[in-house]
Amino acid sequence: MEFMGYVRPDGKVGSRNYVAVIPSVTCANDVAQAICHHVQGTITYLHHQGCCQMPPDLDRVTDTLISLGLSPNVAAVLIVSLGCEGTDHARMYRELSASGKPVEIIHIQEMGGVSKAIQQGTDIARRLAVKVSGIQREKVDISKVIMAIKCGASDTTSGMASNCVIGYVADKLVDLGATVVFGETTEFLGGEHLLAKRAVNDTVAKEIFRIVDEMEKRAMSIGCDMRKGQPTPGNIAGGLSSIEEKSLGAIVKSGTRPIQGVLAYPQHVTNQKGLWIKDTPGREPEILTGMAATGAQFMMFSTGLGAPQGFPSMPVIKICGNPHTYQRMEDDMDLNAGLIITGEKTIEEVGEEAFDKMVRVLNGEMTKNEAIQYFSAIDIHCLGPVI
Amino acid sequence: MELKLALKVNDKDNVATIFADGITSGMEVEVRDKKGNADLVVVKGDVPYGHKIAVEDIAQGKQIIKYGEEIGIASHSITRGEYVHVHNLDSMRGRGDL
Repeated sequence: MEFMGYVRPDGKVGSRNYVAVIPSVTCANDVAQAICHHVQGTITYLHHQGCCQMPPDLDRVTDTLISLGLSPNVAAVLIVSLGCEGTDHARMYRELSASGKPVEIIHIQEMGGVSKAIQQGTDIARRLAVKVSGIQREKVDISKVIMAIKCGASDTTSGMASNCVIGYVADKLVDLGATVVFGETTEFLGGEHLLAKRAVNDTVAKEIFRIVDEMEKRAMSIGCDMRKGQPTPGNIAGGLSSIEEKSLGAIVKSGTRPIQGVLAYPQHVTNQKGLWIKDTPGREPEILTGMAATGAQFMMFSTGLGAPQGFPSMPVIKICGNPHTYQRMEDDMDLNAGLIITGEKTIEEVGEEAFDKMVRVLNGEMTKNEAIQYFSAIDIHCLGPVI
Repeated sequence: MELKLALKVNDKDNVATIFADGITSGMEVEVRDKKGNADLVVVKGDVPYGHKIAVEDIAQGKQIIKYGEEIGIASHSITRGEYVHVHNLDSMRGRGDL
């Protein structure tokens, strides 16, 4: 089985062909945004990190931004640096250039301010956009796929319909030799023993228990009942009574295949195949960034109550498990898995529809949130304080 | 009359999820399992779409089971047909207050 993708110099294959204008620090956001406003085929990541943070977090931000630039959906990179930030913009430039993609960098302070940086940055971005616009799609094997998965604004239909559909697609992709990555460590609480049983070895099983334990300790350190945080008020209104119930429904989307290992939040996939976990929180802006940093060409996103978010460089396919929500929010939902709840379709039938949609999206068809560009609210998940 | 359906995911489950609108106290729902077996249960309480009822009596302090796994503990005694949610189910995870 094959799809039509953009083959990058490092051998990875993209479903999109963007120039990424990457702010190395939040202080460079406005310049990056202005450049993107003027140049077709560009996207940016308006995050809020990159300075006045503890060293491990600064490394985490630098590594995440590098991984975003390495994503196969990115054809070329323009780094927008302020000049005095805590992130390592020189390393960003060096490591991204090593991938063989065209990479440029501008420093706002060195250039004499915001308007000059916007002007020169726009010139550079325009040149990069013209340069990469001629890259043609090529036929590649489906094993080049890296699928990210997530569920958001879940209700009780998620674990019984839409997550089952994603699980079906995940199993099929793993069997075809592709890579599947799921996260949301918070939503392993109460289901971690089931995931650990699927680990390929004891080391991976211990890793799963370790990331869940760390996440639970962070929640408990606040000293109160976690509910109203997780499950969210929306989840509770949707019928989910506890994090355990939410988790057991959430892990269904990982399918049934063995878990090969745990990736750190900023880590990108090099040659890992099969099913992997990425240690991320559940909230959309942070997990979507983490998953795009994985190098996923797209994400399959399950929802019950109707989460509309996407991501700048990663198309997000929305699969809705609640038939009422699908009716209300059809403009934002790509697939109706609610027909499983009403008994009109089986998991396999909707699973095959989702797989077909996936291949079309890999080939270039837009998802609904991509078409409406609902994807500016993103962020990088950090662990320590802002100082 | 339109069928009022509730689904039980796993044989071990002591709750089922209602997928019907306008369920009020005293109404009867048909609880189906994956094999298609049906069990008629009279609902106690008004239960919104996608929310759960007990399919058997659950004593206070006992596990509430869905997907064949524990999703929390009964904070009060629960009888068959009763609405099960945050008012009578306690989560046991991530709790700094316990």
